[in-house]
Amino acid sequence: MKRLFALVIAGLLPLLGGCEMVVFQPQGPAARSITELINWSIWWMLLVVVVVFALFAYIVWKYRDRPERQGEEPPEEHGSTVLEIVWTVIPILIVIALTIPTMRTLYDLEKPPKGYEDQKPLVIHVTSADWKWIFSYPEQNIETVNYVNIPAGRLVLFKMTSASTMQSFWVPALAGQKYTMNKMETELYVVADRPGSYEGRNTNFNGRGYAHMQFEVLAQTSKEFDKWVQEVKQKAPNLTKEQYEELLLPTHLGRLTFIGTHLQWVNHADPHSKTYTNPELYRGHGYQGKIFIREDNYKSSSTCNDDEQKALESDSGGEHHGH
Amino acid sequence: MGIKWNEIFVGGDPLLVGSQIAIVLTVVAIVVGLTYFKKWGWLWREWLTTVDHKKIGIMYILSGVLMFFRGGMDGLLMKAQTARPEMNFLDAQHYNEIFTTHGVIMILFMAMPFLIGLMNVVVPLQIGARDVAFPQLNALSFWLFFSGAMLFNISFVVGGSPDAGWTSYFPLAGKEFSPGIGNNYYAIALQIAGLGTLMTGINFIVTILKMRAPGMTLMKMPMFTWTTFITSIIIVAAFPIFTVALALMTFDRLYGTHFFTLSSGGSDMLWANLFWLWGHPEVYIVILPAFGIFSEVIATFSRKTLFGYTSMVVSIVGIAFLSMIVWVHHFYTMDAGPAVNSFFSITTMLIAVPTGVKIFNWLFTMRKGRIQFTTAMLWALAFVPNFVIGGVTGVMLAMAAADFQYHNTLFLVAHFHYVLIPGVVFAVFAGLYYWWPKMFGFMLNEKLGKYHFWLFTIGFNVTFMPMFFLGLKGAVRRAYTYSAESGFAPLFLVSAIGSIILAIGFAVFCYNIYWSFRYAKRNVFHDPWDARTLEWMTASPVQFYNFAVVPEVKQLDAFWHMKKRGETLTLKESDIKKIHMPSNSGLPFYMAVVFGITGFFLVFEAHIAAAVAAIGIVVGLIIRSFDYNDGYYVSVDEIKETERTWRNVEGGTENHVG
Repeated sequence: MKRLFALVIAGLLPLLGGCEMVVFQPQGPAARSITELINWSIWWMLLVVVVVFALFAYIVWKYRDRPERQGEEPPEEHGSTVLEIVWTVIPILIVIALTIPTMRTLYDLEKPPKGYEDQKPLVIHVTSADWKWIFSYPEQNIETVNYVNIPAGRLVLFKMTSASTMQSFWVPALAGQKYTMNKMETELYVVADRPGSYEGRNTNFNGRGYAHMQFEVLAQTSKEFDKWVQEVKQKAPNLTKEQYEELLLPTHLGRLTFIGTHLQWVNHADPHSKTYTNPELYRGHGYQGKIFIREDNYKSSSTCNDDEQKALESDSGGEHHGH
Repeated sequence: MGIKWNEIFVGGDPLLVGSQIAIVLTVVAIVVGLTYFKKWGWLWREWLTTVDHKKIGIMYILSGVLMFFRGGMDGLLMKAQTARPEMNFLDAQHYNEIFTTHGVIMILFMAMPFLIGLMNVVVPLQIGARDVAFPQLNALSFWLFFSGAMLFNISFVVGGSPDAGWTSYFPLAGKEFSPGIGNNYYAIALQIAGLGTLMTGINFIVTILKMRAPGMTLMKMPMFTWTTFITSIIIVAAFPIFTVALALMTFDRLYGTHFFTLSSGGSDMLWANLFWLWGHPEVYIVILPAFGIFSEVIATFSRKTLFGYTSMVVSIVGIAFLSMIVWVHHFYTMDAGPAVNSFFSITTMLIAVPTGVKIFNWLFTMRKGRIQFTTAMLWALAFVPNFVIGGVTGVMLAMAAADFQYHNTLFLVAHFHYVLIPGVVFAVFAGLYYWWPKMFGFMLNEKLGKYHFWLFTIGFNVTFMPMFFLGLKGAVRRAYTYSAESGFAPLFLVSAIGSIILAIGFAVFCYNIYWSFRYAKRNVFHDPWDARTLEWMTASPVQFYNFAVVPEVKQLDAFWHMKKRGETLTLKESDIKKIHMPSNSGLPFYMAVVFGITGFFLVFEAHIAAAVAAIGIVVGLIIRSFDYNDGYYVSVDEIKETERTWRNVEGGTENHVG
């Protein structure tokens, strides 16, 4: 039995990939505070599991029906107030033990991590679109797609929004996730302890391209970061409005780098910003329904001439509505 | 009518074409079979027009088995696609449709009909009633559910499946990002099925409040009846929210309103809130009746009354109340702020308290008992440790700050499968093995049942345990593939192997049904388990009027104590009176047909055709309002004759457990 057990364990370990679980290997203070909370909860939960499993095994074994118990009549027993109070109060105590650190962590995550309160954060705007991540550095006047370079050991504030569907920005090694939503702004403080490459991705399902909606967070030394900024300024092309609108079409893109940010034309977090949707490009297989084109769509503006508008409508196969 | 008929069939993929051919062949086989064996009249009289709660329950359960098969196939396809990294078995679109239909079907068309089916069969019997309060409404409930389920199920070959997840989050599910009609199916089919469920809720509240046998006060009701009662209240409280949300979704998609759109001031967050305001209580709608089933099974096979009955009832009520104020825990990451997230963390974790009370009460019901390992009891026993794993990971997810690292990962997926499979599916299996003789008059084979049990529980753990670790390694839900460098491959493979074992377990269950229908011993004793509640007092299968004489209840576990007092076999002829029963009606079936046709046209945005079909609905309502059929009486002679047949064979077959 013991040997079997050891065999099972030995067989399972490589499956867990040497226990490389990113959630337990935080690389920044925000993720670390969550890991500490998770570890705290795991001890309590293990306690619950052990107690219930042990009690379960004991009771099922001890009171199992055996041939010699045939005809035995179990006692009439309706409950026990004391016991019932005990197993009401103990879970409440466990809930309290979990609530306090949860709340503390929740409030802490809203602020810059300890030790970084006095730093002026590097602000990076994150815009998620189908199916790519766009990062804008207003201070450096740089825009990148599908990768973001940050200086390690420096407080970074991500101001996040979406140009399209509801998505979720997650860099598990550095911080917990948060949604990005059109015409809304969510904020996330992130610090990377040391230089390194960290994987980020969208976790909120948003259609065909969802599985590959990943990006890289590259934490660099501040010297490397400055050098990268200079390089971009010298080599990268300027971002034009047309180019930006093309970026927002539902596509997969590799890494791109531009001088200038799209914030000069539109900030999707602004509740009155234009809507950038292209329903005709989302036609998949199956039967197509009617599409409705709205006045606040970027294509309905004056820059879009009447011919294009008509072409779009006949394309959509529906009648003209909503104007 | 505006429908491009030549385009409505989805083609191309060999999997889909194969399914289309299989569906056509099955339909032809059924029609030919019914004609050949001259069974059309029987089908119409005995099933399509029945208002008998037991038959309606059986039809619900049959639908549940069918839908389990469909949803299970979806699950297997997903597992096959993710078994290896960068597989090309399914493309992204196909995978998206499959996980969407898997989720919707398993929750709404598998778990719900199984449980509502058992509620239908058992609850009127447990409270000593002759039927539910509104028998014809009950038939309408079933047929609307069935109509919605069938409409939803044809989507994958007719017009295209919904592909925005079972949560159907906006703006993705809107026309801006999903112009295909797939998500219309979601909006319309779930609306039709939801109407049926809402009526079921109303029906069971009235049934349980008004139709209990004399002497059965609320606190003498069996636990399954209690959970059904509370579940019905949650249904009536929560389903209207879904009705409204789906109606708004329909307006957005069909008529260009913008409740949830990006443009013109719509709010995608509004959908998430409305959806989960219904969606979370929905989880308890399926879990509470399951708790009731476990309570019955554990008490019967421990041969003891339920430990802490009162605290069990208080726990159910507490869970029902808390279930209404936890919905935000599905989107802590929407950034509502630490105060909101703290509140919902606390309410969510508090659910663990009444649930824990129930677990300990079940354990202490078994303590000092004489535990019999029947198949039904094995499911109830396996429930405890498996559900505890689901429960503790639920508490971990409830902690909002920690959830930022679990949200939308496979950790979450593993958690809810650990809650829903042990909590609901194990309960359904326990309930089916337990009440099968009551429904059909023969038992399911216990030996096959044990194979079913072991394959299913082992397969379940092998499938879903690795997903906890995958989630912690950063694997997200709903992704149709992953890279080889991610390091996810070994665990995904284990999970895929587990799903095959799980599927074999389910196949054994289906074979068991077949085997038992063919070969199981008939004329089984009316109380084969030596059970405790009133449904075991009457014949197996139950005669259509349930009880010749309505029993009088003196305490909890009424039948058990009657047996103790030796009262059960006495039936004085003078006590038998004529019985009033409801008449069959074809109207519910007719309504399902017109609702289905109207829904179909709405899905394809053929508004005029839908309006014409909807006239059929109004006609049905008018016919119903002029329906003066008050039912009929069963004569004393017929009752005596029926009672003699089963009471005489008594003792002919022995008690199944000693």
